[in-house]
Formats: sequence, C-alpha cells, structure tokens
Amino acid sequence: MIAPLPAAARLFVAFPTLLRGHGFSVAPEQTTSFLMAVELLGPRSIEHIRKAAVATLAPHPEQRALFDALFDLHFLGAIAEPGDEDFAPDEEMAVQEDSGSREILIGEEVNETGQAATGAEALSVRALKPLDESETLRRFARALPTALPRRRGYRHRGARRGGSVDLARSLRAAIRHDGEVMSLKKLRRVTRPRPILLLIDVSGSMKQRSDANLALAHAIVQATPRVEVFTFGTRLTRVTRALRRRRREQALAEAAGLVADWDGGTRIGDALQAFLAVPRFASYARGAVVVVLSDGLERGDPAALVLAVARLAARAHRIDWLTPLAADPGYRPETEALRLIAPALASLGHGGSTARICRHILSLGGSAAA
Amino acid sequence: MALRTTVAGISSPEDLARALTGAMYLADDGIATAGYLALALGKPLLLEGAPGVGKTEAAKAIAGILGRQLIRLQCFEGIDASAALYEWNYPRQMLAIRQAREGETLDIYRDDFLIERPMLTALRRPESTVLLIDEIDRSDHEFEAFLLEFLSDFSISIPERGTLRAAERPVVVLTSNRTRELHEALRRRCVYHYIAYPEPEREAQIIMMRSSAVAEGTARAVVHAIGLLRQEPLAKPPGVAEAVDWAEAATALARAGAPWPEAFRRSLGAAIKDEEDFVHLRPRLPLIIPGLAA
Repeated sequence: MIAPLPAAARLFVAFPTLLRGHGFSVAPEQTTSFLMAVELLGPRSIEHIRKAAVATLAPHPEQRALFDALFDLHFLGAIAEPGDEDFAPDEEMAVQEDSGSREILIGEEVNETGQAATGAEALSVRALKPLDESETLRRFARALPTALPRRRGYRHRGARRGGSVDLARSLRAAIRHDGEVMSLKKLRRVTRPRPILLLIDVSGSMKQRSDANLALAHAIVQATPRVEVFTFGTRLTRVTRALRRRRREQALAEAAGLVADWDGGTRIGDALQAFLAVPRFASYARGAVVVVLSDGLERGDPAALVLAVARLAARAHRIDWLTPLAADPGYRPETEALRLIAPALASLGHGGSTARICRHILSLGGSAAA
Repeated sequence: MALRTTVAGISSPEDLARALTGAMYLADDGIATAGYLALALGKPLLLEGAPGVGKTEAAKAIAGILGRQLIRLQCFEGIDASAALYEWNYPRQMLAIRQAREGETLDIYRDDFLIERPMLTALRRPESTVLLIDEIDRSDHEFEAFLLEFLSDFSISIPERGTLRAAERPVVVLTSNRTRELHEALRRRCVYHYIAYPEPEREAQIIMMRSSAVAEGTARAVVHAIGLLRQEPLAKPPGVAEAVDWAEAATALARAGAPWPEAFRRSLGAAIKDEEDFVHLRPRLPLIIPGLAA
C-alpha cells in the first residue's frame, strides 16, 4: 500500500499537474526531482522554489512567461493581470513562436479576434475552409521523402563498393578464416535529404491560397522529419510545432490560431530579416531547400527584401519562390522587389494551385541534386 | 537516487557561486542553483542559450572547482557510438591474430585493444572527470536517443564485453545552442538552465575579471554598446567572449596611441564578425559608440 502524501508535499505535487493542464510535458520523475530540489534548497523563500521548479521541470525558454504566471497563480495565489502593452501594435517586426500552449494569459480571455490591434496591422483569426485536395496531398506526402535533394552525410554504411575500408566488418570476416583476409569490406558515406524551410505568405493578396498552403505545409511536416514552417505578413510566426499534430483539422486549427496577421499587409523584407535575426531560426535555413509561397507584392522597402533574400541565399541550398501570379503564361516579375531578388532565386515558379506547388517541390531533387 | 547535500564541500547554491567566482566564472543565481541541484541529485546539467553566453565556460569552471579533468565530446551531425564511446583497434587486433601461434588462445577483446572515447573514459573514471557533451543540438536524433540510455543509468553495453556501469554517477554537462529542439525525454533527465545574456553590471564584472588590463570605464562603455548591438537584427549577435575581446582590443589600441572613441570604433571587428552586420551598423555607430562623430 502506498503511504498517503504528506500534506506539505501536496502543493508541490499539484504544480506539475497544473502545468500539464496547460500543455507542458512533465514526467513523473521530474516531479520527484522537483520535490528533492525543494528539499535540498531549504527552501528559504518562494524564489528558491521557483528556481527549483525551473531547473527540474525545464520549461522551454519561450514558455517561460506562462510558466512563471502559472507558478505565481499556484504558489502566490496571484492572478496575473495582462498589461496593456501586450496588444500594442509593434513598430518592429514581431516574432511569434508556438509555445506548445495557446493560453498566453491567465485570468483573461485570449484576444481571439485580434481587433485590439490598430492601423499598421489587420489582425484576424479565421475559420478554415474544407479542402478537396486530400488525394493530391496524400500522393505528394508519399513521394516527398525520396524526392528531396540530398547531400552527403557523415555516417557510413557498409556497401559492396565504396570509398574506405570497413575495418570492423573486415576483421570479423577474417576471424572466420583464421585471420586470413579474403576480401576487404567497404564503407560508403550515406546521403541524407536536405531540410526544408517553408515560408508562407498569409497577407491579404495571398488570401485565396493561404488555407491550401497551410494544408500543404502540414502534409510536408508529416512526411519528412527535417522541416520548419513560418508564416509571414506583417509579422513572422513559427507554426512548425502546431503542424506536427497528426490530425490535419486539429493541426491547422492550432496553426491558424497562432497566426495573428491573416489577410493583413505584407512586409516580406522585414519578416525575412526578423527570421534571420534569431540565430536559432537562421540556422534552420543552413543547407536547406527554402520554398517561399508568396506573390512578392511587397509593401515595405524593397531594399530590406533584397538584403534579406541575399543573406538567406548565402545560407540556403536553394530558394524557390512560388507565386500564384505565375499562373499567367506571360507572367514576368514586374514589381521592383521581385525583379531585384530574381537573380538570387533558384527558380521563380508557379504557385497557383496545390498540385502545381507539389509538382514543383517533387521536382527539386532531380534538377539540383547535391 | 542519491541525495547528497554536500558535494566536494559545496552545500548550497551560494557555495557553488562563490567557488565558481574563484574559478573566474561569475555565475548568477539561476546557474548556481541548477549547478548545485545537478551535483546534489547526481543528474546531468543541461545548459541552453545563445552562442557565446558562457555555456562551455560554465562546464570548464565546474571541472575546475571539483579539481577534475574536463573531457569534451564535441557533437556534430552524424556523430556515432564509435566517436563517442569506444572503438576497437582493428589493425592491432588483426596483427595479433596473424602473429598468434597455432593452438594459442587469443582474446582480441582485451582492454589493450580498446580505444576509449570520451563517454567511456568518463564512465570508467567518474571520480576524476567531468564530461562535457558540447552542442548536443548539432547531433542527429539517433545519437540523442543513444545518449538517453547513457544518461539514465550511466551504463554502456559493449557487445563483446558486456555492460559497464559507472561506480558513481559521473558529472555530465550538456550544452545546446537551440538550433533544433531537443527531445523531451532528454530534457527531463537533466537539470535545466537557460543562460541568458548577463545583466550589464555582471557583464562589466566579467570583462574586468577576465582581463585585468581593461579599465572600469572601458568595460562599462563596451557593455553599454554590446547591449545596443544585441538589440539590432544581426546575423551574429556578440556574446560575452566578444565583449571581452572588444574591451581588450580597444584598450590595446588606446594604449598604442589611438584617441578613445576612435580606438573603440576601430576595434569593432572584435565584436562584429559579419560583413553585412557591419554594413547594417555603419549608420548607427554614433548612437552605439558615444562621442563618435557621425
């Protein structure tokens, strides 16, 4: 029989439960560590308990604000009052990241409609239209893992022919023949698919394609492990984690909830610069296949876009810009921004339908293998 | 799990912070607490943070205060067990087989055919080493999964030899630059701390501690400027090491006769290491470096 929990411990055991309820993953062994840490530290003050909680329950840095709010709620009984500045329109490009939980504020309804934003940004959250392109996406997802461009990896695998001698296998073979080397086993470097970075324009001018592009992103995230997805318009939002959910409706609803700038203006240059300014994000582009789904109708300064694309191109394996405007066979990049960045792009292609985008992505491996 | 309230004479986070200061590492409350808990609970310490905030330095300082050798395992994409754990010395094994006389029994899996790699070394000599698994985010998922086994029971199985288990839990420090998300299972086996850039006051102290030649005024000016630089959208934001370098470089130039704000500007290359960052910053420099003519 298990002894009942001492009353003093109940408060501490309840905290991980509260965290789980808000989307944090806390393992039972972490709860044990938390209790031991509290015991080790004294605790002499509430801050000791907070430090013990942070060290043992290990919230992600981007979840830290929510973690602290929940901590205060639980241990201090405080209700965190959201400040007015939480919804102030941003002068700078805002970067949003999925924190694994959508409840950002305690004791206050999340601003679902986003109508508190003003002027520069038209924030809104919308329902997703049902899709009839499921079959296209299913086929695409099946074909994708083998169709991506590949590069040489650092692991080796045994092969009939290859660059270097596999000493371990050769030795084992030799032992069978009393130490006589009958044949040298060979090793070959494996190749790995390149990572994909998908940048989806969700501004007003891309309204017709936004939902379908997000569904496409979900198919890519489900089909291959190394992929990152960001949306941009007037702000930059990382939606990769939401799209990892297997069920499409759920994943898309969650991703749609994260994106606050549906159908707003476009500041592609600022969005890309914001992307590059976070070293963690910028590293996602290294050696990757970057696919931008955007019409390139830039409202901001073209110089910012040109600089950002040049920097992105220096990191990436290739950048493919797919625009719905290319549906017109006579299409030429007319806007100044697109004309200036065209030399840095591997291709400026047709992004007018899911089928065309799928076909383009599946063709990448053939046209530019590493 | 062993609960050791005193480890190597350290019985509280404050003790650890004092000892780290003695080892030239200025630790804030967060890292002192996490470090102490990791030692006391016998768990690995996972340090995350932007490049250059002092994650590796922290591991070196912990090894220093425990009086142990630091064994560093630098992770890279494709790192595998033979680079991290052990490898057999195949050429020597082959030679031994060929030289063995008829009827002689030969054990080719003896210790002297075994090449120890960092993790095996740390496991065999836990009382005298600190294992630093550096930049775990650069390794791939397979290696991370492989690490899980090592970090939960500190044992390694070598098929030819059986399972080796550490007599005591080795001190392990993992670092990550967060270029990818680590598996939750790995995070929960560790005591965790996210190292942010230090507060200005602390960073000035770090600069002066690292380099006795730097005057207090210079250190403060550098910290102020570095703070502004970190707010700019740079490809390579300067870390603490860059702040120290910049302060040293500016001091050296000033001693060589360059007037002050000019010496400061000319040594900017010690902090900013990207041509495009330079281009971006050029018009803003008078704001970042006070006293500099536009």
